[in-house]
Amino acid sequence: MANDPISQFKITKLVPIEVGGLDLSFTNSSLFMVATTAVVATFLILSTSGRGLVPGRWQSVAEMSYEFVANTLRSAAGNEGMRFFPLVFSLFMFVLIANLIGMFPYFFTVTSHLIVTFALSMLVIGTVMIYGFAKHGAKFLKLFTPDGVPPVLFILVTPIEIISFLSRPVSLSVRLFANMLAGHITLKVFAGFVTSLIAAEGLGIMGPVFSVLPLAMTVALTGLEFLVAFLQAYVFTVLTCMYLNDALHPSH
Amino acid sequence: MATTGAETQHGSTNAVIEIPADEHSVGTFPPFDGTTYASQLLWLAITFGLLYWIMSKVALPRLSGILEDRRDRIAGDIAEANRLNEESNAAIAAYEQALAEARNNAHKIAQDTREKLKADVDRRRAETEKGLAEKLSQAEARIAEVKTAALGNVGEIATETTSSLVEALIGKAPTATELNKAVDTAMK
Repeated sequence: MANDPISQFKITKLVPIEVGGLDLSFTNSSLFMVATTAVVATFLILSTSGRGLVPGRWQSVAEMSYEFVANTLRSAAGNEGMRFFPLVFSLFMFVLIANLIGMFPYFFTVTSHLIVTFALSMLVIGTVMIYGFAKHGAKFLKLFTPDGVPPVLFILVTPIEIISFLSRPVSLSVRLFANMLAGHITLKVFAGFVTSLIAAEGLGIMGPVFSVLPLAMTVALTGLEFLVAFLQAYVFTVLTCMYLNDALHPSH
Repeated sequence: MATTGAETQHGSTNAVIEIPADEHSVGTFPPFDGTTYASQLLWLAITFGLLYWIMSKVALPRLSGILEDRRDRIAGDIAEANRLNEESNAAIAAYEQALAEARNNAHKIAQDTREKLKADVDRRRAETEKGLAEKLSQAEARIAEVKTAALGNVGEIATETTSSLVEALIGKAPTATELNKAVDTAMK
Protein backbone atom coordinates (compact mmCIF):
# COMPACT_ATOMS: atom_id res chain seq x y z
CA MET A 1 0.00 0.00 0.00
CA ALA A 2 2.87 2.35 0.75
CA ASN A 3 3.86 2.33 -2.90
CA ASP A 4 0.41 2.27 -4.38
CA PRO A 5 -0.14 5.79 -5.78
CA ILE A 6 -3.92 5.30 -5.92
CA SER A 7 -4.59 4.32 -2.32
CA GLN A 8 -4.23 7.95 -1.15
CA PHE A 9 -7.47 8.76 -2.93
CA LYS A 10 -9.37 5.94 -1.28
CA ILE A 11 -12.39 7.03 0.70
CA THR A 12 -12.86 5.25 4.00
CA LYS A 13 -15.90 5.50 6.20
CA LEU A 14 -15.28 6.96 9.61
CA VAL A 15 -18.89 7.12 10.79
CA PRO A 16 -21.17 4.98 8.66
CA ILE A 17 -24.50 6.68 7.99
CA GLU A 18 -27.12 5.28 5.70
CA VAL A 19 -30.38 7.02 4.91
CA GLY A 20 -32.93 5.33 2.68
CA GLY A 21 -30.35 3.12 1.00
CA LEU A 22 -28.08 6.10 0.35
CA ASP A 23 -24.59 5.90 1.75
CA LEU A 24 -24.10 9.27 3.48
CA SER A 25 -21.26 8.17 5.74
CA PHE A 26 -18.93 10.61 7.36
CA THR A 27 -15.72 9.67 5.56
CA ASN A 28 -12.13 10.81 5.55
CA SER A 29 -13.15 13.10 2.68
CA SER A 30 -15.90 14.60 4.86
CA LEU A 31 -13.40 15.03 7.66
CA PHE A 32 -11.07 17.06 5.47
CA MET A 33 -13.95 19.11 4.10
CA VAL A 34 -14.83 19.96 7.67
CA ALA A 35 -11.16 20.70 8.34
CA THR A 36 -11.00 23.00 5.30
CA THR A 37 -14.02 24.96 6.42
CA ALA A 38 -12.75 25.05 9.99
CA VAL A 39 -9.30 26.28 8.95
CA VAL A 40 -10.67 29.00 6.67
CA ALA A 41 -13.33 30.18 9.12
CA THR A 42 -11.06 30.05 12.18
CA PHE A 43 -8.26 31.82 10.38
CA LEU A 44 -10.43 34.61 9.06
CA ILE A 45 -12.37 35.11 12.27
CA LEU A 46 -9.40 35.00 14.62
CA SER A 47 -7.14 37.12 12.43
CA THR A 48 -9.73 39.86 12.12
CA SER A 49 -10.96 39.75 15.73
CA GLY A 50 -8.64 42.62 16.66
CA ARG A 51 -10.07 44.81 13.88
CA GLY A 52 -6.72 46.56 13.96
CA LEU A 53 -6.43 49.82 12.11
CA VAL A 54 -2.82 48.85 11.59
CA PRO A 55 -2.99 45.17 10.70
CA GLY A 56 -0.89 42.53 12.37
CA ARG A 57 0.71 39.70 10.48
CA TRP A 58 -2.34 37.44 10.36
CA GLN A 59 -4.76 40.23 9.69
CA SER A 60 -2.54 41.32 6.80
CA VAL A 61 -2.83 37.86 5.27
CA ALA A 62 -6.61 37.92 5.69
CA GLU A 63 -6.80 41.40 4.13
CA MET A 64 -4.51 40.36 1.31
CA SER A 65 -6.70 37.37 0.45
CA TYR A 66 -9.74 39.62 0.57
CA GLU A 67 -8.20 42.25 -1.68
CA PHE A 68 -6.78 39.61 -3.99
CA VAL A 69 -10.14 37.94 -4.64
CA ALA A 70 -11.94 41.30 -4.72
CA ASN A 71 -9.53 42.65 -7.35
CA THR A 72 -9.81 39.49 -9.41
CA LEU A 73 -13.59 39.65 -9.33
CA ARG A 74 -13.74 43.39 -9.96
CA SER A 75 -11.39 43.26 -12.93
CA ALA A 76 -13.30 40.37 -14.52
CA ALA A 77 -16.91 41.28 -13.76
CA GLY A 78 -16.80 44.93 -12.78
CA ASN A 79 -18.25 46.47 -9.65
CA GLU A 80 -21.61 44.75 -10.19
CA GLY A 81 -19.77 41.48 -9.82
CA MET A 82 -19.12 42.28 -6.17
CA ARG A 83 -22.59 40.92 -5.33
CA PHE A 84 -21.08 37.46 -5.91
CA PHE A 85 -18.08 38.22 -3.76
CA PRO A 86 -19.00 35.92 -0.84
CA LEU A 87 -19.46 33.03 -3.26
CA VAL A 88 -16.24 33.67 -5.15
CA PHE A 89 -14.27 34.25 -1.97
CA SER A 90 -15.64 31.08 -0.37
CA LEU A 91 -14.80 29.10 -3.50
CA PHE A 92 -11.28 30.45 -3.65
CA MET A 93 -10.56 29.85 0.02
CA PHE A 94 -12.19 26.42 0.02
CA VAL A 95 -10.30 25.18 -3.03
CA LEU A 96 -7.02 26.79 -1.95
CA ILE A 97 -7.09 25.45 1.59
CA ALA A 98 -8.35 22.03 0.47
CA ASN A 99 -5.45 21.87 -2.01
CA LEU A 100 -2.92 23.01 0.59
CA ILE A 101 -4.17 20.67 3.30
CA GLY A 102 -3.80 17.87 0.78
CA MET A 103 -0.07 18.67 0.58
CA PHE A 104 0.48 17.29 4.07
CA PRO A 105 1.67 13.68 3.95
CA TYR A 106 -1.10 11.18 4.79
CA PHE A 107 -3.74 13.86 4.44
CA PHE A 108 -6.66 13.47 2.08
CA THR A 109 -7.07 15.88 -0.83
CA VAL A 110 -10.73 16.81 -1.11
CA THR A 111 -10.29 18.38 -4.54
CA SER A 112 -8.74 15.22 -6.01
CA HIS A 113 -12.23 13.81 -6.42
CA LEU A 114 -14.06 14.70 -9.60
CA ILE A 115 -17.46 14.76 -7.92
CA VAL A 116 -16.33 17.51 -5.55
CA THR A 117 -14.85 19.75 -8.21
CA PHE A 118 -17.79 19.04 -10.50
CA ALA A 119 -20.24 19.99 -7.75
CA LEU A 120 -18.35 23.25 -7.19
CA SER A 121 -18.32 24.09 -10.89
CA MET A 122 -22.01 23.22 -11.20
CA LEU A 123 -22.58 25.62 -8.34
CA VAL A 124 -20.86 28.30 -10.41
CA ILE A 125 -22.64 27.49 -13.65
CA GLY A 126 -25.95 27.13 -11.82
CA THR A 127 -25.46 30.57 -10.30
CA VAL A 128 -24.62 31.98 -13.72
CA MET A 129 -27.71 30.46 -15.37
CA ILE A 130 -30.17 31.27 -12.59
CA TYR A 131 -28.91 34.81 -12.13
CA GLY A 132 -28.57 35.34 -15.88
CA PHE A 133 -32.15 34.34 -16.63
CA ALA A 134 -33.53 36.08 -13.55
CA LYS A 135 -31.81 39.34 -14.40
CA HIS A 136 -31.98 39.41 -18.17
CA GLY A 137 -34.71 36.89 -18.99
CA ALA A 138 -34.56 35.86 -22.63
CA LYS A 139 -31.86 38.45 -23.27
CA PHE A 140 -29.49 36.12 -21.45
CA LEU A 141 -29.57 34.01 -24.61
CA LYS A 142 -27.72 36.81 -26.37
CA LEU A 143 -24.74 35.06 -24.86
CA PHE A 144 -25.00 32.67 -27.80
CA THR A 145 -25.33 35.36 -30.46
CA PRO A 146 -22.27 37.55 -30.12
CA ASP A 147 -22.47 41.13 -31.28
CA GLY A 148 -20.82 42.06 -34.54
CA VAL A 149 -21.42 38.66 -36.12
CA PRO A 150 -23.55 38.65 -39.29
CA PRO A 151 -26.87 36.89 -38.56
CA VAL A 152 -26.15 34.34 -41.30
CA LEU A 153 -23.22 33.05 -39.28
CA PHE A 154 -25.40 32.36 -36.26
CA ILE A 155 -26.10 28.93 -37.76
CA LEU A 156 -22.43 28.22 -37.21
CA VAL A 157 -21.58 30.42 -34.23
CA THR A 158 -24.51 29.66 -31.95
CA PRO A 159 -23.93 25.90 -31.73
CA ILE A 160 -20.27 26.57 -31.01
CA GLU A 161 -21.18 29.04 -28.29
CA ILE A 162 -23.66 26.57 -26.80
CA ILE A 163 -21.13 23.77 -26.82
CA SER A 164 -18.49 26.00 -25.24
CA PHE A 165 -21.00 27.08 -22.60
CA LEU A 166 -21.95 23.51 -21.80
CA SER A 167 -18.34 22.38 -21.65
CA ARG A 168 -17.50 25.03 -19.06
CA PRO A 169 -18.50 23.02 -15.98
CA VAL A 170 -16.65 20.02 -17.38
CA SER A 171 -13.44 21.88 -18.12
CA LEU A 172 -13.64 23.83 -14.88
CA SER A 173 -14.02 20.72 -12.75
CA VAL A 174 -11.74 18.39 -14.71
CA ARG A 175 -8.91 20.94 -14.73
CA LEU A 176 -8.82 21.18 -10.95
CA PHE A 177 -9.46 17.49 -10.35
CA ALA A 178 -6.88 16.29 -12.89
CA ASN A 179 -4.21 18.68 -11.64
CA MET A 180 -4.59 17.59 -8.05
CA LEU A 181 -4.88 13.90 -8.94
CA ALA A 182 -1.92 13.87 -11.30
CA GLY A 183 0.25 15.89 -8.95
CA HIS A 184 -0.36 13.61 -6.01
CA ILE A 185 0.13 10.48 -8.07
CA THR A 186 3.42 11.81 -9.43
CA LEU A 187 4.60 12.73 -5.96
CA LYS A 188 3.67 9.32 -4.64
CA VAL A 189 5.34 7.51 -7.52
CA PHE A 190 8.62 9.35 -7.11
CA ALA A 191 8.52 9.00 -3.35
CA GLY A 192 7.84 5.30 -3.87
CA PHE A 193 10.98 5.03 -6.01
CA VAL A 194 13.03 6.23 -3.07
CA THR A 195 11.91 3.43 -0.77
CA SER A 196 12.00 0.76 -3.45
CA LEU A 197 15.54 1.73 -4.49
CA ILE A 198 16.72 1.56 -0.90
CA ALA A 199 15.02 -1.78 -0.42
CA ALA A 200 16.19 -3.18 -3.78
CA GLU A 201 18.27 -6.30 -3.02
CA GLY A 202 20.08 -6.53 -6.34
CA LEU A 203 21.65 -3.09 -6.09
CA GLY A 204 23.44 -3.41 -2.77
CA ILE A 205 25.05 -0.16 -1.70
CA MET A 206 24.09 1.51 -4.98
CA GLY A 207 20.40 1.38 -4.11
CA PRO A 208 20.51 4.08 -1.40
CA VAL A 209 22.93 6.08 -3.58
CA PHE A 210 20.59 6.09 -6.57
CA SER A 211 17.60 6.81 -4.34
CA VAL A 212 18.89 10.36 -3.97
CA LEU A 213 17.69 11.11 -7.52
CA PRO A 214 13.98 10.39 -6.98
CA LEU A 215 14.26 12.03 -3.56
CA ALA A 216 15.49 15.25 -5.18
CA MET A 217 12.67 14.93 -7.71
CA THR A 218 10.16 14.51 -4.90
CA VAL A 219 11.42 17.64 -3.19
CA ALA A 220 11.22 19.62 -6.42
CA LEU A 221 7.75 18.24 -7.19
CA THR A 222 6.56 19.15 -3.70
CA GLY A 223 7.49 22.76 -4.42
CA LEU A 224 5.77 22.56 -7.78
CA GLU A 225 2.67 21.05 -6.20
CA PHE A 226 2.41 23.94 -3.76
CA LEU A 227 2.49 26.26 -6.75
CA VAL A 228 -0.12 24.15 -8.54
CA ALA A 229 -2.30 24.11 -5.41
CA PHE A 230 -2.38 27.89 -5.41
CA LEU A 231 -2.51 28.30 -9.17
CA GLN A 232 -5.44 25.94 -9.64
CA ALA A 233 -7.40 27.68 -6.90
CA TYR A 234 -6.66 30.97 -8.66
CA VAL A 235 -7.56 29.62 -12.11
CA PHE A 236 -10.81 28.24 -10.73
CA THR A 237 -11.57 31.64 -9.23
CA VAL A 238 -10.68 33.63 -12.34
CA LEU A 239 -12.82 31.43 -14.56
CA THR A 240 -15.66 31.66 -12.06
CA CYS A 241 -15.38 35.44 -12.26
CA MET A 242 -15.43 35.37 -16.06
CA TYR A 243 -18.51 33.15 -16.14
CA LEU A 244 -20.22 35.40 -13.62
CA ASN A 245 -19.40 38.30 -15.90
CA ASP A 246 -21.44 36.55 -18.59
CA ALA A 247 -24.37 36.37 -16.20
CA LEU A 248 -24.06 40.10 -15.52
CA HIS A 249 -23.34 41.25 -19.07
CA PRO A 250 -24.58 38.58 -21.49
CA SER A 251 -24.19 40.68 -24.64
CA HIS A 252 -20.40 40.51 -24.58
CA MET B 1 15.86 -3.83 -11.06
CA ALA B 2 14.11 -0.97 -9.38
CA THR B 3 10.74 -2.23 -10.59
CA THR B 4 11.27 -5.68 -9.13
CA GLY B 5 12.12 -4.07 -5.85
CA ALA B 6 9.01 -1.98 -6.01
CA GLU B 7 6.88 -4.95 -6.87
CA THR B 8 8.18 -7.11 -4.09
CA GLN B 9 7.57 -4.43 -1.54
CA HIS B 10 4.23 -3.63 -3.09
CA GLY B 11 3.24 -7.26 -2.83
CA SER B 12 4.39 -7.69 0.72
CA THR B 13 2.67 -4.58 2.06
CA ASN B 14 -0.51 -5.25 0.12
CA ALA B 15 -0.80 -8.62 1.75
CA VAL B 16 -0.97 -7.00 5.18
CA ILE B 17 -3.33 -4.09 4.52
CA GLU B 18 -5.62 -5.57 1.91
CA ILE B 19 -8.34 -6.52 4.37
CA PRO B 20 -9.84 -3.04 5.02
CA ALA B 21 -9.32 -2.07 1.38
CA ASP B 22 -11.65 -4.86 0.40
CA GLU B 23 -14.53 -3.06 2.02
CA HIS B 24 -14.87 -0.79 -1.01
CA SER B 25 -15.26 -2.20 -4.44
CA VAL B 26 -11.65 -3.11 -5.10
CA GLY B 27 -10.30 -2.23 -8.51
CA THR B 28 -12.45 0.87 -9.00
CA PHE B 29 -10.43 4.02 -9.28
CA PRO B 30 -11.55 5.90 -6.13
CA PRO B 31 -12.54 9.18 -7.84
CA PHE B 32 -14.81 7.20 -10.19
CA ASP B 33 -16.36 5.07 -7.44
CA GLY B 34 -19.99 6.15 -7.62
CA THR B 35 -20.88 4.68 -4.25
CA THR B 36 -19.05 7.52 -2.49
CA TYR B 37 -20.70 10.33 -4.48
CA ALA B 38 -23.77 10.77 -2.31
CA SER B 39 -21.72 11.10 0.85
CA GLN B 40 -19.22 13.48 -0.79
CA LEU B 41 -21.97 15.67 -2.20
CA LEU B 42 -23.82 15.80 1.11
CA TRP B 43 -20.75 16.70 3.13
CA LEU B 44 -19.55 19.15 0.51
CA ALA B 45 -22.94 20.84 0.64
CA ILE B 46 -22.84 20.97 4.42
CA THR B 47 -19.26 22.20 4.76
CA PHE B 48 -19.26 24.58 1.82
CA GLY B 49 -22.67 25.91 2.80
CA LEU B 50 -21.39 26.50 6.30
CA LEU B 51 -18.26 28.18 4.93
CA TYR B 52 -20.36 30.38 2.65
CA TRP B 53 -22.60 31.34 5.55
CA ILE B 54 -19.67 32.19 7.83
CA MET B 55 -17.94 34.14 5.07
CA SER B 56 -20.96 36.16 4.03
CA LYS B 57 -22.29 36.77 7.54
CA VAL B 58 -19.18 37.20 9.66
CA ALA B 59 -15.77 37.19 8.02
CA LEU B 60 -16.31 39.29 4.92
CA PRO B 61 -18.41 42.06 6.51
CA ARG B 62 -15.79 42.32 9.21
CA LEU B 63 -12.93 42.44 6.71
CA SER B 64 -14.63 44.97 4.49
CA GLY B 65 -15.44 47.00 7.61
CA ILE B 66 -11.79 47.01 8.62
CA LEU B 67 -10.69 48.01 5.13
CA GLU B 68 -13.36 50.68 4.89
CA ASP B 69 -12.47 52.10 8.29
CA ARG B 70 -8.87 52.30 7.24
CA ARG B 71 -9.75 53.90 3.92
CA ASP B 72 -11.95 56.44 5.68
CA ARG B 73 -9.29 57.09 8.26
CA ILE B 74 -6.62 57.58 5.63
CA ALA B 75 -8.88 59.79 3.53
CA GLY B 76 -9.75 61.79 6.65
CA ASP B 77 -6.12 62.12 7.61
CA ILE B 78 -5.19 63.24 4.13
CA ALA B 79 -8.01 65.79 4.12
CA GLU B 80 -6.86 67.03 7.53
CA ALA B 81 -3.28 67.23 6.30
CA ASN B 82 -4.42 69.16 3.24
CA ARG B 83 -6.43 71.53 5.39
CA LEU B 84 -3.45 72.13 7.68
CA ASN B 85 -1.22 72.58 4.68
CA GLU B 86 -3.58 75.15 3.25
CA GLU B 87 -3.73 76.88 6.60
CA SER B 88 0.02 77.05 6.86
CA ASN B 89 0.21 78.30 3.28
CA ALA B 90 -2.27 81.03 4.13
CA ALA B 91 -0.27 81.90 7.23
CA ILE B 92 2.89 82.07 5.16
CA ALA B 93 1.17 84.32 2.61
CA ALA B 94 -0.16 86.57 5.37
CA TYR B 95 3.25 86.72 6.98
CA GLU B 96 4.87 87.57 3.70
CA GLN B 97 2.31 90.23 3.00
CA ALA B 98 2.83 91.70 6.46
CA LEU B 99 6.54 91.57 5.92
CA ALA B 100 6.24 93.35 2.59
CA GLU B 101 3.97 95.98 4.17
CA ALA B 102 6.36 96.51 7.03
CA ARG B 103 9.20 96.82 4.60
CA ASN B 104 7.28 99.39 2.59
CA ASN B 105 6.41 101.29 5.73
CA ALA B 106 9.96 101.25 6.92
CA HIS B 107 11.09 102.46 3.54
CA LYS B 108 8.54 105.24 3.61
CA ILE B 109 9.43 106.25 7.15
CA ALA B 110 13.09 106.30 6.26
CA GLN B 111 12.33 108.37 3.20
CA ASP B 112 10.17 110.80 5.17
CA THR B 113 12.74 111.13 7.90
CA ARG B 114 15.44 111.72 5.37
CA GLU B 115 13.39 114.40 3.66
CA LYS B 116 12.41 116.00 6.92
CA LEU B 117 16.00 116.07 8.10
CA LYS B 118 17.12 117.47 4.82
CA ALA B 119 14.49 120.18 4.94
CA ASP B 120 15.48 120.95 8.52
CA VAL B 121 19.10 121.12 7.64
CA ASP B 122 18.37 123.29 4.64
CA ARG B 123 16.23 125.59 6.65
CA ARG B 124 18.82 125.94 9.38
CA ARG B 125 21.57 126.45 6.93
CA ALA B 126 19.55 129.13 5.19
CA GLU B 127 18.92 130.73 8.57
CA THR B 128 22.56 130.59 9.52
CA GLU B 129 23.58 131.92 6.15
CA LYS B 130 21.12 134.69 6.45
CA GLY B 131 22.41 135.57 9.96
CA LEU B 132 25.93 135.44 8.71
CA ALA B 133 25.09 137.66 5.75
CA GLU B 134 23.45 140.13 8.11
CA LYS B 135 26.42 140.15 10.42
CA LEU B 136 28.69 140.53 7.43
CA SER B 137 26.81 143.52 6.08
CA GLN B 138 26.77 145.06 9.57
CA ALA B 139 30.48 144.51 9.88
CA GLU B 140 31.03 145.92 6.44
CA ALA B 141 28.93 148.94 7.31
CA ARG B 142 30.99 149.48 10.46
CA ILE B 143 34.18 149.04 8.57
CA ALA B 144 32.98 151.57 6.01
CA GLU B 145 32.02 153.90 8.86
CA VAL B 146 35.33 153.48 10.62
CA LYS B 147 37.09 153.87 7.34
CA THR B 148 35.20 157.06 6.50
CA ALA B 149 35.89 158.37 9.96
CA ALA B 150 39.51 157.42 9.69
CA LEU B 151 39.77 158.97 6.29
CA GLY B 152 38.19 162.19 7.65
CA ASN B 153 40.80 162.22 10.40
CA VAL B 154 43.57 161.59 7.89
CA GLY B 155 42.70 164.86 6.04
CA GLU B 156 42.85 166.82 9.29
CA ILE B 157 46.08 165.18 10.39
CA ALA B 158 47.58 165.72 6.94
CA THR B 159 46.56 169.35 6.95
CA GLU B 160 48.05 169.87 10.42
CA THR B 161 51.19 168.00 9.56
CA THR B 162 51.55 169.84 6.28
CA SER B 163 50.96 173.19 8.05
CA SER B 164 53.60 172.33 10.64
CA LEU B 165 56.04 171.09 7.98
CA VAL B 166 55.53 174.13 5.79
CA GLU B 167 55.92 176.41 8.79
CA ALA B 168 59.09 174.66 9.75
CA LEU B 169 60.43 174.85 6.22
CA ILE B 170 59.53 178.33 5.23
CA GLY B 171 58.75 179.85 8.61
CA LYS B 172 55.37 180.96 7.64
CA ALA B 173 52.11 179.03 8.09
CA PRO B 174 50.07 178.58 4.91
CA THR B 175 46.48 179.60 4.74
CA ALA B 176 43.79 177.13 5.41
CA THR B 177 42.50 177.27 1.84
CA GLU B 178 45.86 176.53 0.38
CA LEU B 179 46.48 173.78 2.79
CA ASN B 180 43.15 172.05 2.07
CA LYS B 181 43.71 172.37 -1.64
CA ALA B 182 47.19 170.92 -1.42
CA VAL B 183 46.14 168.06 0.88
CA ASP B 184 43.15 167.20 -1.30
CA THR B 185 45.35 167.06 -4.37
CA ALA B 186 47.89 164.87 -2.63
CA MET B 187 45.23 162.49 -1.27
CA LYS B 188 43.73 161.97 -4.59
